Amino acid sequence: MEAIARLVAAEATPAELKNNAAAASAGYAYGLAAIGPGIGIGYLVGKSVEAMARQPEAAGMVRTTMFLGIAFTEALALIGFVVFILLKFA
Amino acid sequence: MIALEFPEINSILVWKDIFPNFPFNKVALIAVLATLISATIFLLAVRQSHKEAPKGIRNFAEMIVEFVEDGIVMQTMGKDGLAWTPFLLTMFMFIYLCNVPGIIPFFQMPATARMAVPMFLALMVWVIYNVTGIKHQGVGGYLKSTLFPPGVPKALYILVTPIEFISAIIVRPFSLAVRLFANMMAGHILLVTFALLSEALFQAKDKVLIPVGILPFLMLVFLTSFEVLVAFLQAYIFAMLTAVYIGGATHPEH
Repeated sequence: MEAIARLVAAEATPAELKNNAAAASAGYAYGLAAIGPGIGIGYLVGKSVEAMARQPEAAGMVRTTMFLGIAFTEALALIGFVVFILLKFA
Repeated sequence: MIALEFPEINSILVWKDIFPNFPFNKVALIAVLATLISATIFLLAVRQSHKEAPKGIRNFAEMIVEFVEDGIVMQTMGKDGLAWTPFLLTMFMFIYLCNVPGIIPFFQMPATARMAVPMFLALMVWVIYNVTGIKHQGVGGYLKSTLFPPGVPKALYILVTPIEFISAIIVRPFSLAVRLFANMMAGHILLVTFALLSEALFQAKDKVLIPVGILPFLMLVFLTSFEVLVAFLQAYIFAMLTAVYIGGATHPEH
């Protein structure tokens, strides 16, 4: 009983609640944004290594295309990171 | 045991003016230095005679030019794109020299970690590839080749055209700027985090914690060498995407 009373007395103000929610959702935003690109980049690089091992003479071309693909895939994770910064600090 | 507050984000990204009452801070200094250094390298290189075997700085400059030609232009635009080498070379050198101060002592700040620099570069690329497309194909031809890609069933254009419009006109410059900016800022924040952590552990009151500080310090060393790679890779990717966009606007069939 006493503990509950203390909890009620220490109830957070709306501003604190908003800050807490922002911090928590910032964490979720980045965590969720990292899943897809993580899988994507892993798959992409794995396949590129496979291609380079199979045809070493095409390695240069495969590498260029691989970097392009990584750049496009990674953009999603980075937008997630920007959202994290905006939620946490802005 | 230790309670460590991360500093205000502005205190690690916003710098005071170097001279009082004159709007010129560290980021601007780095950008100006990047321009001057890359211009100096190539101006010194071009003063050597091109009839003898290259030596010294000319060797170095030729290496960079060759890298841009073989690694960026030939891979994405082919022979027709070689006229774009000077532009892409400037782009590459400027971005690389803006990224690298993130790990140079006393600078410790990549100029591209402020949104203004990547945003301006991306807008410039956006204007250039649109103008190139219009110049090569005419307004109608350019719009037709970007908004109505050939080989798609007619009914699907209702779906494809808005997507292509958003991706070619809005998403491209946005993602180009955000990719460079977020990569460099993320690297900067990571370095700050581990530097603060190892500092706090090395100065901890509890003597047991002092040896633990070696762990974030090792991570800091590793991340610093990783940032060398990131600085190069981001400059390379930015120049390469620029080449891809320009190449796509010049030759729609590619």
